[in-house]
Amino acid sequence: MEITFKLYATLSQYLPAGSVNHSINIKISDSDTAFSLLDKFNVPRESAHLVLLNGVYVNPEDRDKPHFIKDGDTLAIWPPVAGG
Amino acid sequence: MAWTRKVLRVNLTEGTCKEEPLNMQWAKQYLGQRGLGTKYLTEEIDPKCDALGPDNKMIMITGPLTGTAASTGGRYSVVTKSPLTGTVACSNSGGFIGNEIKCAGWDMLIFEGKSPKPVYLYLENDKAQLLPADELWGKSVWETDELIHKKHQDPLIRVACVGRSAEEGCLYAAIVNDLHRAAGRSGVGTVMASKNLKAVAVRGTKGVGNIKDPTAFMKATSDGKKVLAENAVTGEGLPALGTQVLMNVINEVGAMPTRNMKEVQFEGASKISGEAMKEPRPTDGKPNLTTNAGCFACTIACGRISTIDQGHFTIENKPQYWGNSGGLEYEAAWALGSDCGVSDLDALTYVNFLCNEDGMDPISFGATVAAAMELFEEGVITTEHTGGVELKFGSAEALAWAAEVVAKGEGFGRELGLGSKRLCEKYGRPELSMTVKGQEFPAYDPRGIQGMGLTYATSNRGACHLRSYTVSSEILGIPEKTDPLETEGKPELVKAFQDATAAVDSAGLCVFTTFAWTLEDIAPQVNAACEGEWTADSMMEMGERIWNMERDFNIAAGITGDMDTLPKRLLKDVAKTGPAQGKVCNLDDMLPKYYEARGWTADGVPTDETRVRLGLA
Repeated sequence: MEITFKLYATLSQYLPAGSVNHSINIKISDSDTAFSLLDKFNVPRESAHLVLLNGVYVNPEDRDKPHFIKDGDTLAIWPPVAGG
Repeated sequence: MAWTRKVLRVNLTEGTCKEEPLNMQWAKQYLGQRGLGTKYLTEEIDPKCDALGPDNKMIMITGPLTGTAASTGGRYSVVTKSPLTGTVACSNSGGFIGNEIKCAGWDMLIFEGKSPKPVYLYLENDKAQLLPADELWGKSVWETDELIHKKHQDPLIRVACVGRSAEEGCLYAAIVNDLHRAAGRSGVGTVMASKNLKAVAVRGTKGVGNIKDPTAFMKATSDGKKVLAENAVTGEGLPALGTQVLMNVINEVGAMPTRNMKEVQFEGASKISGEAMKEPRPTDGKPNLTTNAGCFACTIACGRISTIDQGHFTIENKPQYWGNSGGLEYEAAWALGSDCGVSDLDALTYVNFLCNEDGMDPISFGATVAAAMELFEEGVITTEHTGGVELKFGSAEALAWAAEVVAKGEGFGRELGLGSKRLCEKYGRPELSMTVKGQEFPAYDPRGIQGMGLTYATSNRGACHLRSYTVSSEILGIPEKTDPLETEGKPELVKAFQDATAAVDSAGLCVFTTFAWTLEDIAPQVNAACEGEWTADSMMEMGERIWNMERDFNIAAGITGDMDTLPKRLLKDVAKTGPAQGKVCNLDDMLPKYYEARGWTADGVPTDETRVRLGLA
């Protein structure tokens, strides 16, 4: 299945060339998790503070849960950020 | 220093400057800045007075930690009655002039009456003079700053002043200090101009003193700085990307108000984000962001300094904008960008420059232009009104034009200077104004972040994010994550944020420290500097006292509980996309519980019991 994978702020550096707007479409397996995808892109897991699946916050206990991500989903990840 | 115990009272009608002692009883109850300034205001003016009349007063006030070694201890506030909302107004600014006022030996400056002619206050330590400002009137903030420096031949003078927009009656005019920091919201600059007061120029050389326990203070402030440095947000995230890092976050969660809040996600968000500001432009190979910058004593340095491509249409024949200047913060980028549907980063930066140059609040300006764009789309406003300008969503040219005419109060710019509420009422479409109590919304759609709906509805200065930033909890997980689409627990969350923020706003510190600090980090710094026993609990109680005092002022001014509401668009029209798709803001689920948590009646009035408990009766 294919998803949209986004890395923002200081994590953008881990995206491969060819990424557009901090985003890349990638093929994943059913067993892939947010953490396993971070591992594939060499992003330190502890850097992933804000993890959003289709804009909805993913709790830390769900970030290594298989079958959590579905075909067509958008997974977006940030380090600790704030503003206002 | 902590309190200098000195107040400068400037009577503009009489042309006098008099020293008086600080009311220490009030200082121990309200600390400084927002709390203490509001206490003075509520004691000295009739809440029903005309905000732009001589009976209103304008107070510039520091906090006890302003000018000290505490990180971010450079803040000051402007407290007055707002001409935009009719509520109490308190606008907080950084930069360097807060420290300068304190180093000149003053806790606060109270301006009363109205000068018969334009003047500016020149303050050099104990010497306070009202000087003629005829040659400054009609000048921009940047020109005024330069002229004052030339006249006094002192590069270290710090200047806070109003631009042409305030002189022309723009109701959301700011007071700009140090060229591009601003007491921005609620029209405090309009009040200053209404008094014929063009500028406050300050030079202070007295330094820091009067700390209760210097050894404990140095330890407490050092401990605090360590916490800020080691926190990933305040130590890395904010310096690198500034507040603009939120652009993609808020868009992703579906809470990005777009095109006058008709939509909750903006297709151009990534082009105007903090990340985009760092990327080289295809046109000149240089990034929009030049560097970050910090205010006095700040160890975070979230500020943005930007440079526009010299070939960009906004500045190609205007070399005065070719240098670097204050760049986009998230709130400005949102209001000028997604709310107007404009995704041209350099155009937004140019308009932001103009907001600094002539002192307009970019949030209210952008949101008002967005409302005008919707009126234009609806055919209510036409090119006959605009002098031929196609005021369409997405038009960078129209946005730049709007900023130019509001800055100078020219033509249709005078109508845009009324703010969204009065503009929409004038054209018979009040429902298109995205405001609460007359103040324009900031950058979070409450359909996607429910707590912010309650925040906006109950804010004592009209729609505002800085009165209770529950985004921190609901989206960013600071201090703990809550569900942005749920209303359960939000009344208590909003109350806690409101009270804690009022305390921070009274200390002389920046609220951004609270991404890393709690009151447990701040109270030891205040306690070591100030007389009295200051703990996290006592500061929280003080925050609640301030909130209720502000509420009482507003009620006396005629701003009552029935105005604790939101535009129908947010209560009736569902979000079309994103996680909040199909949802409205469920304010009715939260407001009664909020009143109950506050100890207020069902009509939103503090009970006698609450007033007694807080020492307000």
